[in-house]
Amino acid sequence: MTAAVETSALGKRYGRRWALTDCTLSVPRGRVVGLVGPNGAGKSTLMHLAVGLLRPSAGTISVLGGDPGSGSAQLARVGFLAQDSPTYARLTVGQHLQMGQWLNLTWDSDFAASRIDQLGLDLNQRAGTLSGGQRAQLALTLAVAKRPELLMLDEPVAALDPLARREFLQTLMEVVAVRGVSVVLSSHLIADLERVCDYLVVLVAGQVALIGEVDELLACHHRLTGSRRDPLRIPANQLVIEESHAEKQSTLLVRTQDPILDPSWAVSSVTLDDLVLAYMRQARDAAAKSPECGLVVAR
Amino acid sequence: MIDFHLEPASGVPTYVQLVQQVHQALQLGLLEPGDRLPTAQQVVSALAINPNTVLKAYRDLEREGLVRARPGLGTFVVGRLPRTDPAAQAKFRKSLHAWLRSARDAGLSAEEIEAIYRTAVRDFCADEGVA
Repeated sequence: MTAAVETSALGKRYGRRWALTDCTLSVPRGRVVGLVGPNGAGKSTLMHLAVGLLRPSAGTISVLGGDPGSGSAQLARVGFLAQDSPTYARLTVGQHLQMGQWLNLTWDSDFAASRIDQLGLDLNQRAGTLSGGQRAQLALTLAVAKRPELLMLDEPVAALDPLARREFLQTLMEVVAVRGVSVVLSSHLIADLERVCDYLVVLVAGQVALIGEVDELLACHHRLTGSRRDPLRIPANQLVIEESHAEKQSTLLVRTQDPILDPSWAVSSVTLDDLVLAYMRQARDAAAKSPECGLVVAR
Repeated sequence: MIDFHLEPASGVPTYVQLVQQVHQALQLGLLEPGDRLPTAQQVVSALAINPNTVLKAYRDLEREGLVRARPGLGTFVVGRLPRTDPAAQAKFRKSLHAWLRSARDAGLSAEEIEAIYRTAVRDFCADEGVA
């Protein structure tokens, strides 16, 4: 089966600034993929390239096996929710649904109507007077009602209060359960991603720092604490992601498929939060050491 | 029927938490053969978690022979877990106490002892393939 999103040496340049450079990744279908990274890492650019709103400056991207900018048939397969869930402030909820019906090749009006009903939204209310949570739910309803195979959501919950956030994610997960739609979701809220995502991509400075199935990533990373020692003496099958050394103590975050045999280490598991932060720091430090690989910022 | 809950900061993967909660319910007799587990959709709605996570947990339980999925009907409990016998617990606690005493008499600190214990449990689980 073809990947949900597959890129090869993908790059995007705005004037002199490269927002994404040499980005190669592949994420499978049928997953909820979390896309995480610092601001300016290229997450939104990647999403815009995937839905055909931008064209690549370099490399290639394919979405569900197709070219994102190839036309209406491809557009119908992908639902996109841009940052801050934009809606038309002066149009009513009902007019949004009507527009969805007119503008989309495939439109599930029963789903849209029942969803709006469940949410308790008034069809005659203008979108501009909805709460942030209601607006996000309306935007999600529109994106799902077009019956896409893939939903791309760019920081959909960033501006929402905790309750609205949870409700949004509940709706999203119900949609995944019922329709089997693939999802790519970017967020800074790793606790949310840990709940809903089964696949993770960490993007730093336009490059993939970490990618894989969440459970596998958690299972193959360990935090080791023990007496201070030379990191060069760590066994070759343990990849040190992060290390810190106090006067007498060393703490390492290592990646390995094998059990840790050295009895002098205290081994503990890591959270997704630990993992993402460690890889973000590692990638940032690597980029700082070799500036030609990092962002080239316009003067 | 049981309700699942999550401890997000525990570092234990979500699907493992679900599996453990079913185990506990079986050990406590809250679930018995014939009982139905919540559907994936019910768990997803209640906890806002990925449906694949629920299915993964249920697959693990099925592999253990504890539940069986009946298409269109749901997932049902078919196996039992032994109720933990208090006498057996006491016996093993006692032998662990003896081991702890001998480690202390050998001059090991509490932290060292804990490190040894944790490492041993980890190695044991890795060797036996126990999660």
